Amino acid sequence: MVSFVSSLCGKISPLSLKEYKDNGGFDGLQKAIFHMKPHEVVKVIEDSNLKGRGGAAFPTGLKWKFISMENSDEKYIICNADEGEPGTFKDKILLDGCPLQIIEGMIIAAYATKANKGYIYIRGEYPKTREILLKAVEILRDEGYLGDNILGQEFSFDIDIRSGAGAYVCGEETALIESIEGNPGRSRFKPPYPPSEGLWRKPTLVNNVETLANVPLILSFGADEFKKYGTEGSRGTKLISVSGNVVNRGVFEIELGTTLKEIIYDICGGTLKDKKLKFIQLGGSSGACIPQSLLDIRLDFDELRKYSIGLGSGAILVVDESTCIIDFIKNTMEFFKHESCGKCTPCREGNRHIIKILDRIQGGEGSERDIELLKNISLLMKEASLCGLGQAAPTAIFTTLKYFGDEYKEHLKGYCRCGICDMKGREECK
Amino acid sequence: MAAKNVKEGEVAMNMDKRIIKIIEKIGKTSDKLIEILLEVQKQSDENYITEKELKIISKELRIPLSKVYGVASFYSMLSTKKRGKYVVQICNSAPCYVKNSKEVAKFFEAALGIKMGEITEDGLFSLEFTSCIGACDLAPAVKINEEIYGNLDRDKIYKIIDSLRKEEK
Repeated sequence: MVSFVSSLCGKISPLSLKEYKDNGGFDGLQKAIFHMKPHEVVKVIEDSNLKGRGGAAFPTGLKWKFISMENSDEKYIICNADEGEPGTFKDKILLDGCPLQIIEGMIIAAYATKANKGYIYIRGEYPKTREILLKAVEILRDEGYLGDNILGQEFSFDIDIRSGAGAYVCGEETALIESIEGNPGRSRFKPPYPPSEGLWRKPTLVNNVETLANVPLILSFGADEFKKYGTEGSRGTKLISVSGNVVNRGVFEIELGTTLKEIIYDICGGTLKDKKLKFIQLGGSSGACIPQSLLDIRLDFDELRKYSIGLGSGAILVVDESTCIIDFIKNTMEFFKHESCGKCTPCREGNRHIIKILDRIQGGEGSERDIELLKNISLLMKEASLCGLGQAAPTAIFTTLKYFGDEYKEHLKGYCRCGICDMKGREECK
Repeated sequence: MAAKNVKEGEVAMNMDKRIIKIIEKIGKTSDKLIEILLEVQKQSDENYITEKELKIISKELRIPLSKVYGVASFYSMLSTKKRGKYVVQICNSAPCYVKNSKEVAKFFEAALGIKMGEITEDGLFSLEFTSCIGACDLAPAVKINEEIYGNLDRDKIYKIIDSLRKEEK
């Protein structure tokens, strides 16, 4: 474990500007606005090779560059604090523990891209965090870090807090933008992408909480210091949220490049009651289910890509042998069915039909054809859905069919090794 | 009869005033719709937004009622149907599921004598499922209004309900 981006969480009083500054807070911002030109700030972030920590791992510096190149006198910075991916609770640690660091990251982003207004979109499920953020913004406004002429410079930027209201899809940036505009959170057709046309059709930078929290540190310590952490292709640290059938659950900061085995057995103490580990799901419900045999994989963007796996939000759900694959997948797909915004057909209909198939299999009436259908619908959703929600929804199906195909086949024969599916539809059970 | 009408009129006037006050506090622009709906619902003892309230919001913000309703029905945290004073939301996303959230739902149903989606007769509790509430390190977890309760078992669930009932007496 390391302590970089989360180093102040739990160590300082979250809303004390003095304590934050005593611990190096606002060094990054001061360095930027007193000694650097906006394009130089963008260059530092590019050099650091920081990749988005929300799930898509898009190079942050490149995103900043896109927005800084736009010619508009109205630009927006949005902090995506809508972490809704099941099993993810790492942004909450940063938001509650060191909100000033995230806001500092936003102010630096605004200076670098010449934006004048920012929003923090906080998920509705975190009402207490929302209160903390409201206070934090107020404190910084009073102290001249937000508002007109920040620290006496020709640079003005202010932040509003907006609450979500329980919609997973709003973590997708265009749905989030729709929600800030006061609409139902339905993803937009892309292009145009937010860097050119985002909030109110103006250039908009959307960054995840953890991404923004890294920014002040990269500025004050320099890109090289940041690059000391991690691997060649995956620089820095990552907050991971560990949950499920494991001894130590919680948020841990690790260096990118750490293996899953180290995380589960060394940091988290292995499975509960020493039950056999069945799989881990990496990156939340939209992530891959990885069997025990692959736990030597390192959390490194390039290495994961070789296995067509994404790091996602860094959620790690540990599942032991008592969970039935089919029932788990059905639970996952019910989540996506509920959260699908309904705008595009592959996602809206795909999830429903997948659940119908899983019902048949669980009821003991599944056939080989159902497995084929499952594959076909999943592929269609992945290829043709409008946004990441529908594209990633069947990831758990693909990976469990690949690694746990036997268990699907067993169910077709009327047998559930975990005793969870009752197979009541089968002739011999009637 | 006449007296009753006057009284009803007064209640309606008060509702108008209360909502206009909320709108003025949050901001009278269409992008504040979700924040306004959340606040209106929060102030209701029945944790939902009535049709009348939707109509007032629509009129004040100059947004078509269909859109106000569209937003209110899109987001899971907003309800256009009556709920309990305490809305018990049982997380059924994967991290809680592997920690037996199905059992948790059954315990709540038994303790309250209602099924998922129903309200207790005294209007105090209603039961529903929710997607991940970010309390995965405390799974199985539920959210009751703004409070999170985690690491639940049968005993804990009965204790939580008892203590909330006592608060109401």
